[in-house]
Amino acid sequence: MQKTGTAYKPLESSLISAFEDKQKELFNSCHPQVSQSRKEAFEFLKNHGLPTRKNEKWKNSPFYKQYEESYLIDLPSADYDKAVNEIFQCEVHGFGAETYSLLNGWYYSSEEKQLETLENGVVVGSMMKAQHEFPELFDKHFNKIANCKQDGFTAANTALFRDGIFIYVPDGVEVENTIQLIKMINREEPLMVNTRNLIILGKNSKLTFMHCDDSVNHFASFINTLTEVYIDENAYLDVYKLQNINDNTSLLNNTFFHQERDSRLRVNVVSLNGGKIRNELHVDLMGQGAEADLNGVYLMDKQQHIDNQVYVNHLAPNCYSNELFKGVLDEEATGIFNGCIYVARDAQQTNAFQRNNNILMTPKATIDTRPFLEIYADDVKCSHGATIGQLDDKAMFYLMQRGISKVDAKLLLMYAFLAEVTSKVSIDALRISYEDMIKRRLRGELSICEKCVLHCSVPDNPIEFEIDMSKI
Amino acid sequence: MLLNIKDLHVAIDGKEIVKGLNLSVNKGEVHAIMGPNGTGKSTLALAITGREGYEITKGEIIYDGEVINNMEPDERANKGIFLSFQYPVEIPGVSMTNFMRTAVNAQREFKGLEPLPAGEFLKKMEEMKKLVDIHSKLTKRSVNEGFSGGEKKKNEIFQMAMLEPKLAILDETDSGLDIDALKVVAKGVNELKSDDNAFIVITHYQRLLDYIVPDFVHVIYDGKIVKSGGKGLALELEEKGYDWIIEQFEA
Repeated sequence: MQKTGTAYKPLESSLISAFEDKQKELFNSCHPQVSQSRKEAFEFLKNHGLPTRKNEKWKNSPFYKQYEESYLIDLPSADYDKAVNEIFQCEVHGFGAETYSLLNGWYYSSEEKQLETLENGVVVGSMMKAQHEFPELFDKHFNKIANCKQDGFTAANTALFRDGIFIYVPDGVEVENTIQLIKMINREEPLMVNTRNLIILGKNSKLTFMHCDDSVNHFASFINTLTEVYIDENAYLDVYKLQNINDNTSLLNNTFFHQERDSRLRVNVVSLNGGKIRNELHVDLMGQGAEADLNGVYLMDKQQHIDNQVYVNHLAPNCYSNELFKGVLDEEATGIFNGCIYVARDAQQTNAFQRNNNILMTPKATIDTRPFLEIYADDVKCSHGATIGQLDDKAMFYLMQRGISKVDAKLLLMYAFLAEVTSKVSIDALRISYEDMIKRRLRGELSICEKCVLHCSVPDNPIEFEIDMSKI
Repeated sequence: MLLNIKDLHVAIDGKEIVKGLNLSVNKGEVHAIMGPNGTGKSTLALAITGREGYEITKGEIIYDGEVINNMEPDERANKGIFLSFQYPVEIPGVSMTNFMRTAVNAQREFKGLEPLPAGEFLKKMEEMKKLVDIHSKLTKRSVNEGFSGGEKKKNEIFQMAMLEPKLAILDETDSGLDIDALKVVAKGVNELKSDDNAFIVITHYQRLLDYIVPDFVHVIYDGKIVKSGGKGLALELEEKGYDWIIEQFEA
């Protein structure tokens, strides 16, 4: 359906004019693959707009409410200030991570560190820089894993992204330290950022990547992130996503994985706080013997919204996939789980499993869960299941009969319910950290404010910090 | 008197199950409650411990001089009432050790005591595990998850030993146990028995009472205690069944 000018919502109009106004910057010394994709994506955006609720995949999503808001589409990059870099501290630490940052959508580092080649040959840096230094990798992978015409958001991301992280792990390199990316927004007026990441793992390589979305204040923002990941033969990627953003932020996190033969992928998504969060995981199992283990935990309350969309495409025989998503929704929180397993005709001996379990703490909390299988091969083992329930009252009574208070019994059961997922985190220090954050979130102690340098949630204490925040 | 139940009526979903039951238990006593299926034995146990949905429509449960009809289950537990469940609940994800430490310390906090230091807690766990012949690996697992029937019942007695209640109610702890497991359960009870606590043992089978010797035996029928006696009553029941009592009662 073609859109006409008058039918655009404010956000759509801003996206279109941002592209038209900033063509010069967007196309300035762009890799040909990038500029070609931008053009195609923009045409799509202009013709189709952002996804409406008529689109099956966006049917129950409340993201359309944001279309009425006006956002500033992007900002010029900020000058690097070493002191400012210190605010990029994620709650999860102590497990040997190298930290990289994105501020307001821009890769944030000193000039010489915009694109680094580490000792082991691993390259980490800004997408803007990388497209010039590694044109052949962009030829091969950029916009090849993702479908920029999937919907208006993937199109907007492709047309308008300004920066993001680029990671390249050469063949045979096993990266010891976790590479951690912390994304932050710091802007008083509502800002929308389109961040584009590209991660490439060579044959027999190994990487642990942690992707943290944090807020440092309560300003509204819209984060539209698209990450393309190429995992070559027999490579292993462990991905952790940690989302702890404020209630005024909308986060759209689209990740596309391409897995070659015998590659292994493990994803753990932990959504602790956020106004609206939508995680899309798209996994294409392209080569025999590839494995994907996708896990998620979410804890929402107030009027927060969480949406996990998981699409696993079995396109080769003998592949394995497993999905386990569990969540607790309290107060008036709403959630969606949409899991789709597709098994192509030639993908014999597929093993694919999917499970989504939810606990609703109040009658006003809701979850809409849709497990979905589409199978064209005849020799497969697939299962799917979804549950929605309350805390088990038999277990509650058992705990209370031993003297444990109602509040503690609830905590213990909620925590135990989620522990099935967190226990799969293989790095001990990280698992302990995760579990600790979940416990504190359940106890209501985890606020995005407490770890922030601004401490604005405590009005009695005047804000005093040594960093000049006006610079960012 | 430790427990005094006066004219107790209990309804579940509006249906009356316990219909005017009286029972007095003093410290130092063991009471056995017997009776056919569906006569209100477990309902009585769950009403005393405060299970939601077990509505007391009439009468009083007085424990340690206090009416506890409307008290929360955790408060009753903290005041020393313990139930060995007929069907212990599996709680995946909560380790036995964590569960016990939380319970022990909750009860200590209620009494105004400091939490038990980790070392002392573990020492006590080891001691009590030996008492009921529990393998150490069981306490590392989630609460009752994957335990056999016998292990679950032993685990109840283990928890009882850890929590040292004043009034312990054993709801068919002997059902489904072989004779060795039954002896272990009985040994646990006998070692914990003192002049300062009391036991209510609900059972179907006289067999258990060979090992846990009751001071009183009560027969429940149609939500009431229809006959009480000494331990000899249990032997009589074993021999003659319940019919003669029911006939007496209904006559």
